[in-house]
Amino acid sequence: MKGNFIDNLPKVYGIYTGGFIGFIIIMAIAEQMGMTAKAIGIAFVAFTVFIYALIGWLSRTAQADAYYVAGRQVPTVFNGMATAADWMSGASFVAMAGGIYFKGYGYMALLVGWTGGYVLVASLLAPYLRKFGCYTVPDFIGTRYGGNLARFSAVVVLTVASFTYVTAQINATGTIASVALDIPFQYAVYVGLISILLCSMLGGMRGVTWTQVAQYIVLIIAYLLPVFWISNKMGAGFFPHFMLADEVARIGELEQQFGFVKNAAADLKSVPKGLAGITKAHSAVNATPWAFISLALAMMMGTASLPHVMMRYFTTPSVKAARKSVGWSLFFIFLLYSSAPMLATLSKLSLIDPNLPTGIIGKTFAEVEAIDWYQNWNQANLMFISDFNGNGTLELNEFFMGGKAVVLATPEIAGLPYVISGLVAAGGMAAAMSTADGLILAIANAISHDVYYKIIDPKAETAKRLLVARVLLVIIGFAGATIAAMEIQGILGSVIWAFDFAMSGLFFPLVLGVWWKRANRQGAIAGMLGGLAAGTWYLVWVRTGGSGFLGITQLTFGIFGSAVSLIAMVVVSLITAEPDKATQKMVDDVRVPSGKSILGKSH
Amino acid sequence: MSNQQKHWEKTRGLLFITLAIWFVFSIGIFLFGAEMNEVTGPFGYPWTYWFTCQGSLGAFVILIFWFANRQEKIDEEFGFSEREDE
Repeated sequence: MKGNFIDNLPKVYGIYTGGFIGFIIIMAIAEQMGMTAKAIGIAFVAFTVFIYALIGWLSRTAQADAYYVAGRQVPTVFNGMATAADWMSGASFVAMAGGIYFKGYGYMALLVGWTGGYVLVASLLAPYLRKFGCYTVPDFIGTRYGGNLARFSAVVVLTVASFTYVTAQINATGTIASVALDIPFQYAVYVGLISILLCSMLGGMRGVTWTQVAQYIVLIIAYLLPVFWISNKMGAGFFPHFMLADEVARIGELEQQFGFVKNAAADLKSVPKGLAGITKAHSAVNATPWAFISLALAMMMGTASLPHVMMRYFTTPSVKAARKSVGWSLFFIFLLYSSAPMLATLSKLSLIDPNLPTGIIGKTFAEVEAIDWYQNWNQANLMFISDFNGNGTLELNEFFMGGKAVVLATPEIAGLPYVISGLVAAGGMAAAMSTADGLILAIANAISHDVYYKIIDPKAETAKRLLVARVLLVIIGFAGATIAAMEIQGILGSVIWAFDFAMSGLFFPLVLGVWWKRANRQGAIAGMLGGLAAGTWYLVWVRTGGSGFLGITQLTFGIFGSAVSLIAMVVVSLITAEPDKATQKMVDDVRVPSGKSILGKSH
Repeated sequence: MSNQQKHWEKTRGLLFITLAIWFVFSIGIFLFGAEMNEVTGPFGYPWTYWFTCQGSLGAFVILIFWFANRQEKIDEEFGFSEREDE
């Protein structure tokens, strides 16, 4: 191909997308010719992971600029796709539709929160941090406020938040690898980890960028294709997003008809851990305004504080491009997020509507137990029925399902060919891998650049710095996998915590660093450490039986943490001396897009 | 007032407008979630349900592109936009 790689990007990824669709078609034909479900699953996961590893290898680099910020030449739209993949994790892909399926409106706050945060990113932070010319988020904190303690505090917050997040992602890759490759979870976690490291180790940010674009293409096809197919197959409408109003209303009708019967505690004990029944209305407003708003707000402020997202905007060629790129990121995220509630609707209706051939509520237990997909998912510990009232027919309150099953099992329930289930597994793998890559890289870069190079050994040569970065990448990856293998927290829960940690410690120090000239070092340190400590204390307090206050739960503890952070930062800044002239000049320079970046080209 | 101060003043003004619109779609309308959900909205969905699925999300996408364009105009007006070769 002529010309340089960047100019050829649309062509390269166009061919790649065509190749992937071709692969899906080949698999579909192979299925018709008798290829087993297991072989299809293995083929999908192995083929896509191989492609990512190949891209990772082709992107290898020995330059600091390429390793940390992909040479700052990623075009707007492609950076948008990479950010979308970076952003949409195993939680978004596998768990979110399930959360909406079970909790309805209360959990749809996540949709609003995980998109609205980008408005804050675009208007408050991304363009200014891009102008700054930093390699990492602590790099900004360390230079804006000055001093090693400020820099180090930022590294601490970043590590706590990102590490909480990454264990959940490695857990998700492990779950999918163990199902698709049929190996025990404890080993599958390490298979997932090695796939993740293959993408990032040689090429750093450059490798991660180009694999994330590839992963976005896989995950969006894998999410949208089943939603459209199921909707058409059910006769619900060829474009589900605009045509499911009747289905939503029908679910409401059925809820009225069945009622939400509360199960006895003794009965619930027999239900396997992690499975839940439908206990909340689907489309009715079932949460108080504050419960909804506080969750959305926590997720929005968390979005604007998560370093692995922010550092994606360091890779654009200009400040202008950084702003546009945030818009593209959100557009690509919107494609998946607006489909999640549609999938939840289709999944729920196909299961509970007695008028549909797939509906199981109202059937006898013997009938349901004879269904193939019920047996499969029951064996996988994701579905369970029990005749609590002993009448022999399945009632709404007697059917239990795991959150992951909404995305993973719905294609099979709706009677789609197995090739779609294989595709969905590859999509989930892509979503979890891309996020894990971004996170591990964010931690390793912060430690190698900010702790090792800026604090410990400022004279280190590039080769040595990059070696340290790569060794850290492996160490952090293995630490994450080891904790993931212990399965402490569910996927969705730990992801939400990560947002709360990030907003507790970083939101105000970052925002005020640009928007409040008076903010100084002492204030920033108080804000970061005070916020993180307050948030952590609140989480521990609520988890150990504390009652909490103002309706702030363990999912929204960042609201308390960031409030403490704001107050600490403002008070301490005001009682200590204002920043020196040079720092104030630096803030002025950050605020205009033109001119040189604050930090030199290779610092 | 220097050129740079004026530029920053306008930038800040744009920020406040952007955040106000953001507030309406992310927080404001959900204060009235229960009442609004009684009314049928776009494509036949209840209003609040539609906003949480599509409406607010789409509004954020449009808002960011609108913001980016307005900010570019402000930068150009005061001569602070980047040269293409930078």
